[in-house]
Amino acid sequence: MSSTLERLLAVPESEVTPEELYLSRRTFMRAAAAVAVGAAANAVLGQEAGDELLGLGGTTETPTDYEAITTYNNFYEFGYDKSDPSRLSGDFVTDPWSITVEGLAENTGTYSLEEIVSQFEVERRVYRLRCVEAWSMVIPWNGFMLRDLVTLLAPKPEARYVRFEAVFRPEQMPGQRRNLLPFPYVEGLRLDEAMNPLTFMATGIYDRPLKNANGAPIRLVVPWKYGFKSIKSIVKIEFTAERPLNTWNVVAPHEYGFYANVNPNVDHPRWSQRTERRIGEFRRRDTLMFNGYGELVEGLYAGMDLVTNF
Amino acid sequence: MPAAPRAGDRERAKRWRRISHLALWGLSLTPAVVTLVQAFTNRLGFNPIETLTDRTGWWAIFHLVLTLAVTPLRRLTGWHWLVRYRRQLGLSAFVYASLHLGVYAFLDLGLDLSHLVEDVLERPFMTIGFLAWLILLALAVTSTTGWIRRLGKRWAALHRLVYLAAGLVSLHFVWGQKTLRAEPLVFTGVFALLLAARAVYAARRRRSRAAAALAEQA
Repeated sequence: MSSTLERLLAVPESEVTPEELYLSRRTFMRAAAAVAVGAAANAVLGQEAGDELLGLGGTTETPTDYEAITTYNNFYEFGYDKSDPSRLSGDFVTDPWSITVEGLAENTGTYSLEEIVSQFEVERRVYRLRCVEAWSMVIPWNGFMLRDLVTLLAPKPEARYVRFEAVFRPEQMPGQRRNLLPFPYVEGLRLDEAMNPLTFMATGIYDRPLKNANGAPIRLVVPWKYGFKSIKSIVKIEFTAERPLNTWNVVAPHEYGFYANVNPNVDHPRWSQRTERRIGEFRRRDTLMFNGYGELVEGLYAGMDLVTNF
Repeated sequence: MPAAPRAGDRERAKRWRRISHLALWGLSLTPAVVTLVQAFTNRLGFNPIETLTDRTGWWAIFHLVLTLAVTPLRRLTGWHWLVRYRRQLGLSAFVYASLHLGVYAFLDLGLDLSHLVEDVLERPFMTIGFLAWLILLALAVTSTTGWIRRLGKRWAALHRLVYLAAGLVSLHFVWGQKTLRAEPLVFTGVFALLLAARAVYAARRRRSRAAAALAEQA
């Protein structure tokens, strides 16, 4: 690992919540300047990770077909079957869109999507996506680092977690009308996980805006965790001191944990996680620890028992 | 006075029966054939092995329901000829259950035997599915006239295991979903109803036998 990367990964707390970013909503825009500095660092990171176009942690594996990425989805807001999100999401309106920021941060408030996205230079990240159901894809995302947004929102020192909430619109989402899960869908990350340079806010795939089935207009991407952590169609971000609940953990606590790190050594009670099927391939392939991103994230879990904290 | 059936009538009835059995096989195996054609023309979606697994499992359960529905339907409607198709429906359930297991073992796991053994031994969801298949295998093997004769009374006892298989299959189907879904619960409910119907008939038979015994004593 490069020294730049190490430096960025080991972010001292003072840098996470810099005193000078003691901002009100009015000064949100001004904080964007701080992010510009961050963006310069990212460019360096991208190059060091390999191909600049692939972005940090970018894989050179063949990306999955656009058609497969956009029609084979788990998005229970629209239905249970993999084809439901693409078939039944036609009524879902994603413009206008806003995100409400709550909790232990200086810059709480409601921001329009444009207001947020315009702060960042959209970059590309080609990531593996490993579903907890033992299939996987390679997806070229477009978006920005969550850490840049978090920096703008300026969490208070007491903030230790980030909670995300997805949209709740039963009139536009047939799966919500059928109560397939306790909606709205919620997810959470530890603040240091959120600040990892791999953690990404996606607004596009294959240089096209996100489709409804993929979580338009903005979603989380955490490539070293099972796909259900990467919450779609986000409307709320909250900074908390307590660990937030996450939907699948509430629904089936023995099967889905809070951390949900990809781990071939910890099986799902009903199936092995040792192997996976890459969509478009016939034979299974071995599942990699942290989905192959161990070098960039294992420091987050030093000394932690990953079997009990599954 | 009704005329005794002539040899020609008997021939015709036999031929009709043979044709009806073939037709039923044709119907039962149509989903398998359609799926096979779709598999070779690449129309099973982006995860074809998952589709194959789900479909073969669904048709296995469907045929198991039909098999268990024969007797209650017979009682309800008086169509006693239905019973002639029960064995065949049971065999169809076994065929789809075998395809289901085969797709999993051969295509999904690529015959990784250690993975399969681990699944069956360590994951109750898999264990019960495998047990259900073993029961269906035993019932399929002993479904021939020869075995019926050889086992005598024990044959009926053995084949009552089909209800255990139905229970295991229901649990496997319900459990196989990520959330509690309506469809597997509906199948489970139908199995429960069919089992209840059998229990009611058995109780009634016992009661009427007891009544007959009392009448004899009087």
